[in-house]
Amino acid sequence: MAQPFRLSRGGRIDRSRPVRFTFNGRTVEGFHGDSVASALLANGIHLVGRSFKYHRPRGILSHGPDEPSALLSVDRGPGRIDPNNRASVVEARDGLKTLSQNHWPSLEHDIGAVNDLLSPVFVAGFYYKTFMWPRKFWDKVYEPFIRAAAGLGKAPSVPDPDRYANRHAHCDVLVVGAGPAGLSAALAAARTGKRVILADEGPEPGGALLHDVTAEIDGRPAAEWLSATLAELDSRETVILLPRTTAFGYYNHNHVALAERITDHLPNPGTAPRERLWQVRAEQVVLAGGSHERPLVFADNDRPGILLAESVRVFINRYGVAPGRRIVFATSGASAYAAALDAKAAGLHVTLVDLRTESECGPELARLKATGAEVLTGHTVIGAKGTKRVTGLIVAPVDRAGRCGARRLLPCDCVGMSGGWTPAVHLFSQSRGKLAYDETIDAFRPGTSVQAERSAGASRGTYDLAGCLQEGFAAGAAAARSEERRNFTASPTLTGFRPVRAMPTDVDPGKVRAFVDFQNDVTAKDITLAVREGFHSIEHVKRYTTTGMATDQGKTSNMNALGIVAGQLDKTLPGVGTTTFRPPYTPVTFGALVGPARHALFDPIRTTPIHEWAEEHGALFENVALWRRAWYFPKSGEDLHEAVARECEAVRKGVGIFDASTLGKIEVVGPDAAEFMNRIYINPWLKLDVGRCRYGLMLKEDGYILDDGVVARIAPDCFHVTTTTGGAPRVLAHMEDYLQTEWPDLRVFLTSTTEQWAVIALQGPKAREVIAPLVDGIDLSPEAFPHMAMRQGTICGVPTRLFRVSFTGELGFEINVPSDHARAVWEAVWKAGQAHGITPYGTETMHVLRAEKGYIIIGQETDGTVTPDDVGLSGMIAKAKKDFVGKRSLARPDVVASGRKQLVGLVTDDPKVVLDEGAQIVDDPGQPIPMRMLGHVTSSYWSPNCGRSIAMALVADGRARQGRSLHVTTPEGFARVTVVDPVFFDPKGERIHA
Amino acid sequence: MLEALYRTARALPLGRAPASDPACSGVQITPAGAEARFALRIRDAGASAAGLPLDGPINSVRGDDRRWIARLGPDEWLIGSDEAEADQLPAAIAADLGERAHAIVDVSHRNVGIDVSGPLAAAVLNAGCPLDLGDAAFPAGSATRTLFGKAEIVLIRHDGATPRYRVECWRSFATYVHGLLAEASLGVGETARR
Repeated sequence: MAQPFRLSRGGRIDRSRPVRFTFNGRTVEGFHGDSVASALLANGIHLVGRSFKYHRPRGILSHGPDEPSALLSVDRGPGRIDPNNRASVVEARDGLKTLSQNHWPSLEHDIGAVNDLLSPVFVAGFYYKTFMWPRKFWDKVYEPFIRAAAGLGKAPSVPDPDRYANRHAHCDVLVVGAGPAGLSAALAAARTGKRVILADEGPEPGGALLHDVTAEIDGRPAAEWLSATLAELDSRETVILLPRTTAFGYYNHNHVALAERITDHLPNPGTAPRERLWQVRAEQVVLAGGSHERPLVFADNDRPGILLAESVRVFINRYGVAPGRRIVFATSGASAYAAALDAKAAGLHVTLVDLRTESECGPELARLKATGAEVLTGHTVIGAKGTKRVTGLIVAPVDRAGRCGARRLLPCDCVGMSGGWTPAVHLFSQSRGKLAYDETIDAFRPGTSVQAERSAGASRGTYDLAGCLQEGFAAGAAAARSEERRNFTASPTLTGFRPVRAMPTDVDPGKVRAFVDFQNDVTAKDITLAVREGFHSIEHVKRYTTTGMATDQGKTSNMNALGIVAGQLDKTLPGVGTTTFRPPYTPVTFGALVGPARHALFDPIRTTPIHEWAEEHGALFENVALWRRAWYFPKSGEDLHEAVARECEAVRKGVGIFDASTLGKIEVVGPDAAEFMNRIYINPWLKLDVGRCRYGLMLKEDGYILDDGVVARIAPDCFHVTTTTGGAPRVLAHMEDYLQTEWPDLRVFLTSTTEQWAVIALQGPKAREVIAPLVDGIDLSPEAFPHMAMRQGTICGVPTRLFRVSFTGELGFEINVPSDHARAVWEAVWKAGQAHGITPYGTETMHVLRAEKGYIIIGQETDGTVTPDDVGLSGMIAKAKKDFVGKRSLARPDVVASGRKQLVGLVTDDPKVVLDEGAQIVDDPGQPIPMRMLGHVTSSYWSPNCGRSIAMALVADGRARQGRSLHVTTPEGFARVTVVDPVFFDPKGERIHA
Repeated sequence: MLEALYRTARALPLGRAPASDPACSGVQITPAGAEARFALRIRDAGASAAGLPLDGPINSVRGDDRRWIARLGPDEWLIGSDEAEADQLPAAIAADLGERAHAIVDVSHRNVGIDVSGPLAAAVLNAGCPLDLGDAAFPAGSATRTLFGKAEIVLIRHDGATPRYRVECWRSFATYVHGLLAEASLGVGETARR
């Protein structure tokens, strides 16, 4: 019979909609509304995994996000396999394939279980103790071994085919958790008409109301109140209700991150995104995330079939599943009685073992006894029987001193345990709120808030239903600045428990395996050992034993671990303190964090208007900042070297065309524009004539070179500034910074025109002939239009700012045209150049040509520690200027001291050897190691025009070393070089004036 | 040859991008045509210039689809107009501003416009824009410089019964911005609640 443990009635599952999925290849049947865990239990499957360290058989502990044991690999189709999914929160649906983890060859028979037998070896701190010696074993033996053993589940190996969305949202009140407190808070806030977001991690809002089948609210069944409340929230346009949405991170300024799972529960998701990351900025936050039940710590408390008591209740009431037919509840508090009562009502055999004495109990005792169930008060649990499934519980009477009486075995197939409750203070703690220990509930609860946030209900330690509703309503109203308060009446909730750490036992506690942290396999004795070995800080104990460090972040284990440490040290719980909670509350997919930022949308890829033309003409591209620039244009069969050699020669002998559109451009306008330029740059600007250009160099305040570029004076009050490609944003920010903070009196305005103007560089002796027929309104003759001049006119009918400038040392023009016309102009120039053998060239050729002329490139010859004098440009400094940015720093002792690295040229003895950029330079390669490094190679190329390799370098006292030999490191050893002037081609600079 | 086409023959970077509603989500994403735009900077602006109001509050837009002026800062405006007005408008503004120090810079080719409209337009924009786009915080007539994903944009909300936004970005970011808008519109209405 399918689903032998499905109860004949009850539950919120839809029995008319069966679902089928597989577990380890076996078909499992369930119903719509089941979790994978509930469907497995309905089919009597308790053994669902092997534990992390000892490979112990593990089952399902909980019904919610705190599940530490039932971690499955979930396969939703090709490329959609995730490890470590909690069976308790994965919704059962058709077509899902689930697999257990951490075993070989099979779940039933796992070789790794030998670790369990060897457990005396694997004590706390095992790795630290064992892998210390011999030191040389670490890299080859220990680390690979540990890495292979570490980790749980298999990481996906193919790209994630799903889409992920991102949404920023603002609201007046964000409510986290849609249990009684959260719903009540949302209701109160929504009634004010303010914008409310209510997020709940479950598929259905309601929280504990979904499995409390007997409670009444205001005189009617809780389920009725729930549907009426949801209907009211739904009717309001200002409310966004987000089920399947986990608030996992609470950041500054009430910035809360939510992960909405949109399609995982759907067999046919279509094109919808799998998940959506919500980044909510909330005016006020109400935290109503509920609480977590604590397991009891006794020998073999991790056997499959041993669940948390409330989880047993959830499986019975919400899913209509009996986790066992013969259930023993073991508890130190009242809430387990509610579970026992419901189990009894479902017709199951129930026994309850309570650590508390009869006099400590409340009305729950009489109520359960009245059903005829056996209740053993004043009893401890010594241990569990069974290996792959619990078969019995050994219990014994115990007195307050911890002395145990005669043992008794209670046969069972399921245990529901409860060691009390812990408020879920994770998000509160993430918000930097201080936790306060409350002895009455034996737990840390939210203390002083740091952000605009308040907690309500079980997450602040209020466990009774009426209290949750009332507190929630008050919190919601207060968050929405409303005075409205409401009283709720509700059936009383069974609350209260006696705090217990490890259960009293009649055997040596140092010999038993009583688990505290189920996911990381940490036992009570591991924690006591850590304390004995001197780890007294809870933060140290955590790291030494790894308790609370698994993906469940110790939701079930923290308080028990803390309690054991406090007991060992004979301190109070607040004396030991607690570890802090970090995001995420539960694991979040990488996809949700990445969102749409992948492939073409990972980063903007900036391209110029000429980009498609370059693609069509076979260009290869390189990344420069966010720009993609044409690197070189190989003809068929050419490699980089050959293509660049051809392009270089073409420019020097004929004409080359180059896309310089990425250069940064800033329009500096205003009556004080020239004064502003004078202060920003090291060189003088006041006397630059309109229509003339100047190469400008700017420093940071520390005197080091920031950027450079050619500037044209368009009008007395207008400059066209160019910057390097990568430097454009920082130069504009630098200028704005000075303008706004240092010189607000200057009447100057800056506008980025980088993308307004596309720049077509035409370089080479034939450049003038090519553009002559295309240009109108500009006299191109050398006399009328000399080097470093700018003229405005039209080219192909398009307005242009035509610069006669050169970064190659040849006659050259940079044709600035509005971007949308650039491609047409480029093609016209290209066509006109055919008669002259026009050749497109890329950034690599540009680099070689400028190096032949000794022109520096910012970021190559400079690295943020280079002064104008270091690169031989101190002559540019206007001596008469009173001040400019960086001037004072140029007089600093270390800047004026001798021995600074200076820019020089290097030629290798062997002209065919091309040095490595970045290679170190020494005087005598025979000197002892460590050698004295004199500097490094900044640029190095094969120069087709010089017929040999050339290099530039920064060398200590470089200019004084002209003509001398130095040695440069190579992969093989050293290459001997001679220091020369860094101008390798046309040293007199005649060609540029052609 | 090109002369006759100048002003009308602009090769817009999104010229070949498909218009309208790629995801059938009810959100229209439409690259704007060739328009003129000017960056105006002036400290003592006065009430208006060339009929364009300069006294609106920061982060507001005035005018209509054919001629608008968005105030982005205390001394900064972005002006949009028909391409046909491009030659006369700067001179007309300058004439009205007279001797007051100012800058009018033509950024027609720097900027690319994309219109986003439909009931869920704000949700699409909020995929990359962290601002509150609710009616109270960002009503029709609002304009601001902000981020869309990793790109800087100017976001303008026009009047209209259904929400209508103009996204202005720099030319080389247009492919990215348009791509992210299209991606965001896919499944923008899908929720985990079904």
